[in-house]
Amino acid sequence: MTIIEVKQLTKIFGSEARQALPLLDQGWSKEKIAQEVKLTVGVNKAEFSIEEGEIFVIMGLSGSGKSTLVRLLNRLIEPTAGQVLFKGKDVVKMNAEQLRQFRRKNIGMVFQKFALFPHRSVLSNAEYGLEIQGVEKKKRKELAMKALELVGLGGWENHRPDQLSGGMQQRVGLARGLANDPDILLMDEAFSALDPLIRKDMQQELLELQARVKKTIVFITHDLDEALRIGDRIALMKDGVIVQIGTPEEILIQPANKYVERFVEDVDLSKVLTAAHVMIPPEMIRPERGPRVALQLMRDNGVSSLYVADKEMKLHGLITADDAAQALKQDQTILDVMRRDIPRVHPDALLNDLFEMMSETHLPVAVVDESNRLRGIVIKGAVLSALAGNAVLEGGMLR
Amino acid sequence: MNLPKIPLGSGIEWIENWLTTYFGTFFDIIHAIIGGMVNGIEAALLFLPALILIALITALAYWIGKWRMALFAVIGLLLIDNLGLWGPTMQSLALVLTASILAVLIGVPVGILCAQSNGVKNTVTPILDFMQTMPAFVYLLPAVSFFSLGVVPGVIASIIFAIPPTIRLTNLGIRQVSAELVEAADAFGSTPTQKLIKLQLPIAMPTIMAGINQTIMLSLSMVVISSMIGAQGVGALVYRAVSQAKTGAGFEAGIAIVIIAILLDRLTQNALKPKQR
Ligand SMILES: Nc1ncnc2c1ncn2[C@@H]1O[C@H](COP(=O)(O)OP(=O)(O)O)[C@@H](O)[C@H]1O
Ligand SMILES: [Mg+2]
Repeated sequence: MTIIEVKQLTKIFGSEARQALPLLDQGWSKEKIAQEVKLTVGVNKAEFSIEEGEIFVIMGLSGSGKSTLVRLLNRLIEPTAGQVLFKGKDVVKMNAEQLRQFRRKNIGMVFQKFALFPHRSVLSNAEYGLEIQGVEKKKRKELAMKALELVGLGGWENHRPDQLSGGMQQRVGLARGLANDPDILLMDEAFSALDPLIRKDMQQELLELQARVKKTIVFITHDLDEALRIGDRIALMKDGVIVQIGTPEEILIQPANKYVERFVEDVDLSKVLTAAHVMIPPEMIRPERGPRVALQLMRDNGVSSLYVADKEMKLHGLITADDAAQALKQDQTILDVMRRDIPRVHPDALLNDLFEMMSETHLPVAVVDESNRLRGIVIKGAVLSALAGNAVLEGGMLR
Repeated sequence: MNLPKIPLGSGIEWIENWLTTYFGTFFDIIHAIIGGMVNGIEAALLFLPALILIALITALAYWIGKWRMALFAVIGLLLIDNLGLWGPTMQSLALVLTASILAVLIGVPVGILCAQSNGVKNTVTPILDFMQTMPAFVYLLPAVSFFSLGVVPGVIASIIFAIPPTIRLTNLGIRQVSAELVEAADAFGSTPTQKLIKLQLPIAMPTIMAGINQTIMLSLSMVVISSMIGAQGVGALVYRAVSQAKTGAGFEAGIAIVIIAILLDRLTQNALKPKQR
C-alpha cells in the first residue's frame, strides 16, 4: 500500500520564490535560475510514491536537495508548490494543529548530527516525543525503555548523551524516533557522521530492526554503497531533480542517463550483485522418475546432469549421465545413485563469495533458499560476465 | 540664525502632568505594591538577630561555594555588624532585592518575546540602548513626580537602570540554542510553549543567569543614587558622608556595599553552576 505520495513537490529558497515556478515549468535549470533571478532551487518537481514497509533511499551529492526534500515531507520546510499525500491526506494543507498531530503520531525523524537534547538523560531524550503528547509518566517510561532496548541501549538510560560514543548517541536518536511508534521514520544522513566500521554495523542493525518493527523508512545518504546496502528502492537526485528511481539493481544495471552511469561506474559489482541476480533456471527431474527418463531428458536438453527436486522444489541432489547409465545397468533408482553433497548457496550470497566457491568445483552451484527449495543454478560463465557488467540482463532472472 | 528653542522640556513636563492626572490611581497601586515589597523584605531581614542571619547566610554560602565563600561571608558580614551598619545595610539590600526580583519578573518574559519575534526585538533594543546610555539621574525625576520621594521611586529607577542585561541575555540565550535542536523539537510536534519550556529555557539558563547577575549588580550600584531622592539605607550614609566630607564614615559605608556586592555576585554566579561531584 502506498503510504506517501509526492506530486510536483517543489521548494525554491528566497523571497518571492513563487515567481520562479513558471521558469521551472519552462525547463530552466537550477543554475540558470540562480544566475538570472537569484533564487535557489532546493527541490524541482519531485514525483514519487513510497510503499508501506519499504526502505526508500534518497541519494545524491552534497547540495543536490536531499535534506530539503525530506524536510518537505514533514514540513520542517514549507513547500513552494506541490503535494505530499500521507495515506491520501495532503500534508501541505494541514493547519498547525493537524501538522503537529501528524508529526507526533505518524512521522519520526533521526538527524545527521544526532540533535540529542544535551540537558536530558538518554531515557528522557527517548521519552521526548511521548512527553509532549501528554502520555503519562509510567507509560512513556515503559515505551521509551522498550525503544532503547530495541536499539541495544538497555542499561544506559541514566547517562547523559555526551557520555556516549557517536554510534551510541545515534542509537539514542533512533530510539527517540521509534518510541512513539510512528508509521514513517525519516533519517537524514543518519549514519554519515559515524566511523566507517560503526557505520556498517548500524546499517546492518537498521536492516534487522526494520525486519522486526516493519517501519517505512526514508533514508537519506550521499553514499552509494550505503544506498545499495539498505535500500529497497533508491531515488537519485541531482540539482533538485530526481533523475532516477529504481531498485539498487536497476540503478546499477540500467542507469537512466550519463549522470547515473558516472555515479555508479566505480561500484564493485561483486559486492552488490547476488546469486539471485545471476542464476539461471535449472534442468530438473523428480526423484520418483527412473534413470531411463533421466537419460532421455538430458539428451533432449543437451545437458550432462540433472537436479533432483520434488514437487515442492525441495532439492535432493544431482544426477549425471554416467550415474544414470550405471543405475540403468544395475537396476537402481535415481535416489540410489545421485550425488548428495553438491555445492549450494543462498540466493542472497554475494558474487564475491560465490566466486571462491566456484573455483573449487567444476559443477554449477545450486541456489537454494532457507527451506532447501531449488531456485536456480549459477554457472561460472554467468558470474564472470555479470562482473564484466553485461550478461545479467540476458539471464532474465532479475527481479 | 536664531530659531526659537524647541520646547522639549516643557513638552515632557506636560506629559508628566497628564500622566499624573489620569493615571494617578494606577501609580498609587504600583506604589503600594513596591512599597509593600520593600518593607516586607526589610522586615524579614531584620526579623532575626543579626548573628543568626549571618549564620544562615554563611551556611548558604558554604552550600553554594564551599569554605572560601563561607569564610568571606562570615568575616564580611560580621564586619558590617561590628561597624554598626547592619540595619542600614539590610534596608539597602531590601531595595536591591525588590528591584532585582521585579526586573527579572519583567525582563525574562520580555527577553523571551524578543527571542521569538524579530519585530519585538527590533523595537525593544533601541529602548534598552536609550535606557542604558541615559544618565541614571535623569529618570529619577519622573520617578519622583509619579511616586513622590522615598524608596519606591528608587526601586523604579533601579529597575529601569538594571533591567537591560536580563532582557538582552535572555534573548541571546534563547537565540543561541542550536537550530538543529529546535528543528528536532519541531519534528516531534512540540508546541511553541513546550519548545520554550523543555528545550530553549533550560539550555539558555546559564546565559540568562549571567544577565540576572548583571541586573543585581546594576541595581546595587543604584543604592547611593536612590538615596538622593530619599531612599534610606547604607546608600544614604555614603551620600551624607560625601556631602559633609566625612571620609571615614563614607569609607565604612562604602565597604559595607562592596561586601554585599561581592557576596551577591558570587552567590548568583555559582548558584546555577553544576555542582562538582
Ligand atoms: N535555508 C536555505 N536557504 C537558502 N538555500 C538553501 C537553504 N537550505 C538549503 N538551500 C540550498 O538548497 C540546495 C539543496 O540543499 P540541501 O537540501 O541541504 O542539499 P543536500 O542535503 O542534498 O546536501 C542547496 O543549493 C542549498 O544551498
Ligand atoms: Mg543534507
